[in-house]
Amino acid sequence: MSPRLLILALSASVACGGAQTSQPSETLPEPTSPPLPWQSNRAQPEAIESPLVALVGGVVHTADGHRHEEGVVVFRDGRLLAVGPASEVEVPEGAETIDVSGRHVTPGIIDTHSHMGVYPVPQARAHADGNEASGAVTANVWSLDSVWPQDPALQRALAAGITTIHVLPGSANLIGGRGVTLKLGRARTTAGMRFPGAPDSLKMACGENPKRVYGGRTQAPMTRMGNVAGYRAAFQKAAEYGRGWGEWQHKHRLWQRKRMRFEQTLDENGVQRPPADGEDAVEDPGPEPSPPDRDFGLEALWGVLQGEVLVQMHCYRADEMARMLEIADEFGFRIHAFHHAVEAYKIRDLLAEAGTGVSTWADWWGFKLEAYDAVTENLALLQEAGVRGALHSDSNMLVQRLPQEVAKAMWAGRHAGIDVSRDDALRWITANAAWQLGVEEQTGTLEVGKMADVVVWSGDPFSVYTHADLVYVDGQLRYDRSQEPTRSDFELGQEVYR
Amino acid sequence: MSRLLTLALALSATGAHAQAPTVRIYRNLTLQRGDGSEAILDASIVVRGDAITYAGPSAGAPAPTGAEIVELEDGAVATPGLVAVGAPIGLVEIDLEAGTRDHETEDEAADSVRAAFTAAEGYNPDSTLIPVTRLGGVTAAVSTPTGGLISGVSAYVHLGEVREPADLVGTVRNAAAALHVDLGDGGIAAEEGTMPTALSRFREVLEDAKLYGTQRRAYDRRGLREMRVSRLDLERLQPALAGDVPVVVSVSRAADILRVLAIAEEFGLDLILSGAEEGWRVAQAIAAAEVPVIVQPLTNLPSTFRRLGSRYDNAKLLHDAGVTLILATSGAHDLRNLRQEAGNAVRFGLPAEVALQAVTQTPAARFGPRERGTPPHTLASGARADLVVWSGDPFEMSTRPLHIVIGGEPQPLTSRQTELRDRYRQLP
Repeated sequence: MSPRLLILALSASVACGGAQTSQPSETLPEPTSPPLPWQSNRAQPEAIESPLVALVGGVVHTADGHRHEEGVVVFRDGRLLAVGPASEVEVPEGAETIDVSGRHVTPGIIDTHSHMGVYPVPQARAHADGNEASGAVTANVWSLDSVWPQDPALQRALAAGITTIHVLPGSANLIGGRGVTLKLGRARTTAGMRFPGAPDSLKMACGENPKRVYGGRTQAPMTRMGNVAGYRAAFQKAAEYGRGWGEWQHKHRLWQRKRMRFEQTLDENGVQRPPADGEDAVEDPGPEPSPPDRDFGLEALWGVLQGEVLVQMHCYRADEMARMLEIADEFGFRIHAFHHAVEAYKIRDLLAEAGTGVSTWADWWGFKLEAYDAVTENLALLQEAGVRGALHSDSNMLVQRLPQEVAKAMWAGRHAGIDVSRDDALRWITANAAWQLGVEEQTGTLEVGKMADVVVWSGDPFSVYTHADLVYVDGQLRYDRSQEPTRSDFELGQEVYR
Repeated sequence: MSRLLTLALALSATGAHAQAPTVRIYRNLTLQRGDGSEAILDASIVVRGDAITYAGPSAGAPAPTGAEIVELEDGAVATPGLVAVGAPIGLVEIDLEAGTRDHETEDEAADSVRAAFTAAEGYNPDSTLIPVTRLGGVTAAVSTPTGGLISGVSAYVHLGEVREPADLVGTVRNAAAALHVDLGDGGIAAEEGTMPTALSRFREVLEDAKLYGTQRRAYDRRGLREMRVSRLDLERLQPALAGDVPVVVSVSRAADILRVLAIAEEFGLDLILSGAEEGWRVAQAIAAAEVPVIVQPLTNLPSTFRRLGSRYDNAKLLHDAGVTLILATSGAHDLRNLRQEAGNAVRFGLPAEVALQAVTQTPAARFGPRERGTPPHTLASGARADLVVWSGDPFEMSTRPLHIVIGGEPQPLTSRQTELRDRYRQLP
């Protein structure tokens, strides 16, 4: 809604209030601030039709603490209808029954950190849409606006059991912009890919990347202290911006009261009646106070301060993460999850206390100095300390083998004597990942009522030899290994695929 | 150099340790020799000094007195140590820190022909990447330079612990493993950005080197035509032209693979293709030329316009056509994931014993020191004792190495990473 439309709308509501002259002034409508990005842009769940399907006989891993050796999963119209052991769950009449005995069933896999669509393949100058490196703070940009739905990598991720991805801007900037959560399997427009109801996120970045990109241009930041100065300046501005709107709302409320009293003195022709004896004349309060100028970047940061926008922060080193928790405290916001976070194990107590999640790899390390202290036991140690961990990809190749990476991290933990169950480990790419994206009510486990995002695996999903056989998104079969793969528009007519 | 090295090793083996060599018997394991043969259940391995003296069914195993017996739990599997090719291990510590990189010149204006760039002259056996890699069951590597059109000469190194000063250079087992040529996007970019300019420069280099090789005196008298290639480069190209040192060429597109095969044939190169993402389309031609291919199994994206035909079953399709495979992973820090790459090749149809051979015997035979007698780097009597005993299937993520033996020496199962883990097992 544009500011002008907004004023019109407000005027209309005020006029309406004025007409109901009997209404006491205490019940005057609160003037509203403009719709903020997280309010105006959120796609709403739509009614989905999908056939009644029953997957019968497989080993079902629910990611909420259950394993059914011979399980049944039933879904229809995009939602899970029943999940449980075959001895307890009846297959409804008319269901398309698929025998998956000998195979395994899990929730759809979720990748909390992706640049598919914004850094698509093939690599090309025309495709470099992931970093708005024109300024160290670009909270006003949104990764959705860079996503190319025809990125051939998207289909390959789906074929690996991925049903939900979180696409973030890159890490060149201190504040790189908003991220977006997408569902795979439907691809013509970005609107059609959006995860309905998913909250907005904000990408922030610590450490080497921002100071390298801007320091290389002799711009701020060029040091870690410059980084921190940059976050603080940005959130201070956002706090002031929010305050500006608060003040305007207050002024507007006073104006409304005066306006209402003034309107009560008008006759049917809009002409003020003379005041009764002993009463003062009621003054015309004048024109409606103008709202502040809108700033879409500051609105995103204001959304963070309001707890509406989830901060997803790229940060490697333990000391920097701890410092960022202090900055968040200073301004009164939460860091929802640290990403990459290879040193998270060193401060797992602080992270547990802050309720901050961690998205990381199993074993990436050494590509830069801040990634030198990675250990493969990171996720297991976090799990033990009560931190919600997720195994992310940050890669259009790694996303295609997330369960293998989970197995690597789980077994590293077990071999070091850290107790990690398979269900715990599966949550790193399902339930915990959903929590990190704020969609845990919708997906991430096989629980009745949740989205029917389901994968049937050819065997143990943690085995290196296992394929995703069937991938359901919202109850629709979007990938079937026995069929020719669907190719993106880009790949059509290319000689190499004939 | 490699002959000298062998002598030095022999001296240290006889001189420094005068007492009888240690004998170890590893019992109750499944033997995967790494030579493409099928696994042998209920097997034993006897290691005496730096060599395997027996590897076969436990029933026929000798039982020398005084031997140290390592009795394994059920499910253990022994393989040769894995051999990782194609990454600059020992030449880099932190990718983004120039002062830790010795695999590529920092001078962007440097000549892109660097045949004299020799990995063995920068190799650091103290690198923290080595124990991390070793814990992935990798006991040897081809430490490979990068950059330019002709990146340089790689070194075949063993990844054993440095135990005495002599090991600081002694871990290099073949200082001239291969000459590396990049006809991928990087090498093309270094040669004016097109495949024709890159290929014509490659040809010019080979022609100059050939002329130089036959007329060194004329060259020294400046009696030869102008050459763009430096004298040292020309010199280091001679073993490659003679077919004594393999030439590894990175190339992706099917048509370009055929062009490279033709150049190799014309100049008599011992060619090994690398990458070859579209190799499956010309598998018959590669097989007919008897050229091995280094494949990274976990590659299936059309990541550049030169490799639109990239697919997961490239290794399987090449193998089906009769091509000899070497499997690889990428990135010096990530070589421990070689076994995961091999497992994924199996997932996409490559027989498991072929995958194992492609990460053990084949790369060792192509790049390792030329040894007489038994085939190198298999679990067979007479072979050097470079082996790993795993807790189970070496390609599964649930498996870990239980014993790593390099040159007969048991290796520690620790790294900088395990020390970090142990330090933070309890928080302060």
